[in-house]
Amino acid sequence: MARTFTEGSKAVAEVIRVCRPNVVSAYPITPQTHIVEELSAMVANGRLKAESVNVESEFSAASVVLGASATGARTYTATTSQGMLLMTEVLFNISGMRLPVVLTCANRAVSAPINIWNDQQDSISVRDAGWIQLYAEDIQEAADLHLQAFRIAEHPDVLLPVMVCMDGFVLTHSYEPVDLVSQEEADEFLPPYRPEYYLTPKDPLTYGAMLGPEAYMESRYQLDKALRDSSRMIVEVAGEFKKKIGRYQGALIDTYKTEDAEVILVAMGSVLSTIKEAVDKLRDEGGQKVGVLKVRSFRPFPKEEVYSALEGASDVLVMDRAFSPGSGGVLTTEVKATFCGRKSTANIKGHIIGLGGRDMTVESILNVINDRAVVSGQDKVVDLNESLLGGQKL
Amino acid sequence: MGARLVLDAAGPNIITTDATGCLEVFTTRWPQSAWGVPFIHSLFENSAAVAAGIESALKALGRTDEAKVIAQGGDGGTADIGLQCLSGMLERGHDVLYVCYDNEAYMNTGVQRSGLTPFDCDTRTSPSGKASWGNPLRKKDMPAIVAAHGAPYVATASIAYPKDVERKVKKALGIKGPKYIQIHVPCPPGWKSEPALTIKVAKLAVETGLYPVFEMEDGVVTKVRKIPKTRKPVTEYLKVQGRFKHLFKKPGGEKEIKKIQQIADENIERYGLAGEKEPVATTTQT
Repeated sequence: MARTFTEGSKAVAEVIRVCRPNVVSAYPITPQTHIVEELSAMVANGRLKAESVNVESEFSAASVVLGASATGARTYTATTSQGMLLMTEVLFNISGMRLPVVLTCANRAVSAPINIWNDQQDSISVRDAGWIQLYAEDIQEAADLHLQAFRIAEHPDVLLPVMVCMDGFVLTHSYEPVDLVSQEEADEFLPPYRPEYYLTPKDPLTYGAMLGPEAYMESRYQLDKALRDSSRMIVEVAGEFKKKIGRYQGALIDTYKTEDAEVILVAMGSVLSTIKEAVDKLRDEGGQKVGVLKVRSFRPFPKEEVYSALEGASDVLVMDRAFSPGSGGVLTTEVKATFCGRKSTANIKGHIIGLGGRDMTVESILNVINDRAVVSGQDKVVDLNESLLGGQKL
Repeated sequence: MGARLVLDAAGPNIITTDATGCLEVFTTRWPQSAWGVPFIHSLFENSAAVAAGIESALKALGRTDEAKVIAQGGDGGTADIGLQCLSGMLERGHDVLYVCYDNEAYMNTGVQRSGLTPFDCDTRTSPSGKASWGNPLRKKDMPAIVAAHGAPYVATASIAYPKDVERKVKKALGIKGPKYIQIHVPCPPGWKSEPALTIKVAKLAVETGLYPVFEMEDGVVTKVRKIPKTRKPVTEYLKVQGRFKHLFKKPGGEKEIKKIQQIADENIERYGLAGEKEPVATTTQT
């Protein structure tokens, strides 16, 4: 293990390198570029022995890793925003064929209007693609998650693709001291990928067969079950990572000062650190009982864990960095669903925050907490600039 | 039929991909599979990219001796929706043989026009009618597009000449890099032709000059299938198919048939098809 002061993208690339992928294929798109540039450099200077396939689109990047994974290779790709949407058709195919591809999503807003800055609309929009989705809070966690991701994805009980989501720019382009796992540590943690089934003339299998009405539903049921059951492996791998590598950033969820909390904020990704700062401030200055629930695994969604962490609170304030236009915050909807038919009478309030790179400051978080009693039928869109709304009333 | 010829020639040591289409649909209905070789169908437009991934994996895993990679697709999956993935595969130089089964329309979905549908052909999305002679566009020149990528081997073939198909597949598999074979495969329901005449129809396409059969190596035409000295008019090919019958019924059809004859004449000129006795293949340099 070595502590270095490095950029988020470089830290991720270093971890991917020690995971020894056989085939890497990606198409450049901001803010994912630094990751693939770094991996290309590693291949060019011999530090990474992998086939690096420079494709002509994200669609082909996903298709290349699909074909390579089905042939028994450990595969990696990375994308964001429009690239994620272009990959979408293949994403469903990869999970449907139960291929353990690992993908980094450098979370970015989706066009139009075009915007290269951070929110989570891209990965949230493909939540139904059948992939495990894990969200990193900081650079250290983003780096560590990739090693865990391969372990989870390739486990014979799981065999599902994993999307590691890290906020674009905020985590991909900023620098922090990071502890990087060594090759020896990685090799011990992540055994070589030896799939039971793969494309080979020695045992000619058919992948991607057609299933009629008599069997399609069972196949989808099994995908759903596998995804829900992968919770166990996510927890197990996080625990083992703690034991062997010495770091723990949560498993399906993580909690911060929730034991006695009356107000709990719920979020995913890098905004959690800002929220924790606001919580500390309130506890230090006013003795308010405020805490934070970090959702680390969005798919599978840990219903029980989320409810257990929140049931004792009087107010649950959910922060969404993506939404479903015409409905509301997606995480909010999920959190509310966990309370359905339960005893807890907590007020759950949704907030749409930080879209397209809009800063979410400690001040904004404090306002959200102070305004918790103001409830409307809609999720609150935080920090709207009224002067840009052409006279529309908020 | 085309696929069987390709597989017979390729032997067991291959891994093959296929685009969505009737070949995939009728060969892989779970729980059965007609493929005795490792086979993967992913999507409509990514047969070439999936094959590129397979080839890269074989390289990375040191398994290149284990299998040759063959990508397959229909004319729509190749020339239209899959063209970008194919272009990428060709440009990057993957050691893959791409085979396009060209039945000149989207047959799996019920006969809609594709980029390889011939001029004046009646399809469900290019119907003939009072104001239409059918498909207003000529076939996309896929062999030239592939050759322009620098592919070392490009060939067309027809199921009318099965030995030629097999020879080309074997030859292609012996060449390193991206290879492309486009095989003319009649589709009796889509072409509205007699199933019993399938081979005859395919043969007429070649003999009239409408489907030139040739090989290109490193961008140069090295071999063509000559057509009979006494040229057969395109009408002989057109009249045995319902998809062209409007040309013989509507007033003014002769004019359209002349345009089609001109396409055949251009092919004959361009590839040097005019020649001796059929069916002996002879070599010409261009």
